[in-house]
Amino acid sequence: MSELLLPPEHRYAEIIKKRQNEDGSELSILNLGPTHPATHGIFQNILLMDGERILEAEPTIGYIHRAFEKIAENRPFYQITPLTDRMNYCSSPINNMAWWMTLEKLLDIEVPKRAQYLRVIVMELARITDHLICNSILGVDTGAYTGFLYVFQFREKVYEIYEEICGARLTTNMGRIGGFERDWSPEAFRKLDVFLEEFPVAWKEFENLFERNRIFIDRTVNVGPISAEKAMAYGFTGPNLRAAGVDYDVRVAQPYSSYEDFDFIVPVGKSGDTYDRFCVRNAEVWESISIIKQALAKMPAGNDFHADVPAYYLPPKEDVYHDMESLIYHFKIVMGEVPVPVSEVYHAVEGGNGELGFYLVTDGSRTPYRLHFRRPCFIYYQAYPEMIKGALLSDAIVILSSLNVIAGELDA
Amino acid sequence: MALDTTQIQDKLVATFGESVFNFTQEKSIFSLEVASDKITAVLLFLKNDETLRFNFLTDLCGIHYPENDESHQFTVVYHLHNWIDNVRIKIKSYISGTNPEIKTVSNIFLCANWMERETYDFYGINFIGHPQLKRILNMDEMISFPMRKEFPMEDGGRTDKDDRFFGRTIDNC
Amino acid sequence: MTESKTNMVEAPEGVVGEGFFATKLNDVVGLARANSLWPLPFATSCCGIEFMATMASHYDLARFGSERVSFSPRQADMLMVMGTISKKMAPILRQVYEQMSEPRWVIAVGACASSGGIFDTYSVLQGIDKVIPVDVYVPGCPPRPEQIVDGVMKLQELVKSESVRRRSSPEYQELLASYNIK
Repeated sequence: MSELLLPPEHRYAEIIKKRQNEDGSELSILNLGPTHPATHGIFQNILLMDGERILEAEPTIGYIHRAFEKIAENRPFYQITPLTDRMNYCSSPINNMAWWMTLEKLLDIEVPKRAQYLRVIVMELARITDHLICNSILGVDTGAYTGFLYVFQFREKVYEIYEEICGARLTTNMGRIGGFERDWSPEAFRKLDVFLEEFPVAWKEFENLFERNRIFIDRTVNVGPISAEKAMAYGFTGPNLRAAGVDYDVRVAQPYSSYEDFDFIVPVGKSGDTYDRFCVRNAEVWESISIIKQALAKMPAGNDFHADVPAYYLPPKEDVYHDMESLIYHFKIVMGEVPVPVSEVYHAVEGGNGELGFYLVTDGSRTPYRLHFRRPCFIYYQAYPEMIKGALLSDAIVILSSLNVIAGELDA
Repeated sequence: MALDTTQIQDKLVATFGESVFNFTQEKSIFSLEVASDKITAVLLFLKNDETLRFNFLTDLCGIHYPENDESHQFTVVYHLHNWIDNVRIKIKSYISGTNPEIKTVSNIFLCANWMERETYDFYGINFIGHPQLKRILNMDEMISFPMRKEFPMEDGGRTDKDDRFFGRTIDNC
Repeated sequence: MTESKTNMVEAPEGVVGEGFFATKLNDVVGLARANSLWPLPFATSCCGIEFMATMASHYDLARFGSERVSFSPRQADMLMVMGTISKKMAPILRQVYEQMSEPRWVIAVGACASSGGIFDTYSVLQGIDKVIPVDVYVPGCPPRPEQIVDGVMKLQELVKSESVRRRSSPEYQELLASYNIK
């Protein structure tokens, strides 16, 4: 057990020896260890503290490193989707769709409008669930457990919608190259309508619980602010950056999957503190609800849900058993006999936490040569030690929750 | 006025001459190669120049090409993004296989700090001048660099797997 | 008693009389332990989100006695390991297990905790039973909340039928010794 203790020659031990406060108290080291009720995921921070104030922090990550990039070099394209699910597991459909869009960019495949609108709906649902978890857990960390229980019911409703579409609740593995594996049933649309009726009421209640709540405001205003320049230098994207005042959103900068057809604003905060991050996420949920309603209203008629690319789109299993062409295509796709160009492509989408990018290098075989994930959590978590310098310990917890660091995306 | 790729290419060639080459437009991103000793100068120029203004480092990663010749075995890829004119650019810099090292850009872009640590962790590329170049995702005691092509994906020390049932041969696991 | 839909736990076999109930100590202790298992949620990844769904109001693990989740190992009865454990994390998992006081049980929730899951790589521990003894395995990726509840119910059966002398028996000491746990 002793190998887990801090070695005596560690930098902090020397600082403690050198410095003595006037009233005789000493600095101390606190291990905000990998297993902690309030860190949502496993990452460690060794804190150098002066009483209750944090002077310095040393983060350690990698406790859930699952070597996704190495696995991806050994798997055919359609088997990489389950890996992408498990990166930001609170909003897995966004990761899935981003992967399919990367491949469609590589293979120059045009997805039909209706499938694009369906993708937008499911991605915005995923964004709602991601912000829902983040904000309710931020509430739990400040002591308000009720908000979490109320709002999690709606996450269950979204799980039911996912089940109608793809069969799974959390790690969805949804979609194919060129669209979806099956058309959405009328039951899925009915559940979506029920959700769109009931959820705004509950979300309004949730906002009312927190936004003017004296205790919450005391806990979160001016806690962990970050300026816009610092945020851009540290590679922030997504709600954390928008809370600092910069309105960069990949959906607006480089629209993908027909986002340019929809009318939505990008909410922006002022000071980048915890309260702003909370409010930006709240506002983004309202925008997502509005986008879903627009997509349902403008949905093109018909029922095509995938592009006509038999060389890359796995045929439905019923056809494979009866139809010779489907059998041949199925064989070719699975065995890797389909033409894959030797190329490099980078595609970015707006994930729940910011710009989620996939950098794919192919060499003509059925597995990638190199697949790199540009994970927003990994990049902006670097700023955490600086954000908690001088803060109290309880503020450090609240700042961590508001950053929405998801361990699966941090370590990949 | 929108920034287009000929402008970028002309400015870079005018300032750096032979060190920047291989300009291509691949799948809607403009990419180029830079000689590895000039990389910090090029990135600083791209960031500070008034027309180029590439203010954001989107991504930094490494790739291993064991089939290439000795001086092109590893490459470090930088993706930059100009938010004002909405232009992306990709820069590749090839470095040698026996002694892979390149100057750090973490003083130009603060977010490169952990990205370079990750690249070091996976490939063993030494970033000269990095404030804290140690492993970040893998265990500190690890001696090999797992993303290199010769390193196997699966743990070789397992005794409970029978390769006959998995169709495994020596070269595919 | 009012007509309620609550399922009352059945009393163990015994002799009932005026003001007394005689039964075996094992049964009473087993009953008490089984219906008040306090979990230590060791949630690392996606299975942790399904655990949150299990603890939330729809599936509600609290009705099985797990009302208070304890993050302190000393005060917890069952260690629920949910999510992938990497080799870097294994010593910490072991330390948490060693800090738990007897009697303690372990549930491995999810494919990653049971056997490494889909991550057959150099950095992932292929199953937590390589470092700590496990009582119940719940497969799934991630398992539905109903499956997690089923795992807890199976553990309740184990706990009910466990002898009070088990923790000091030589077989148990041998089991711990095989994992090098003191």
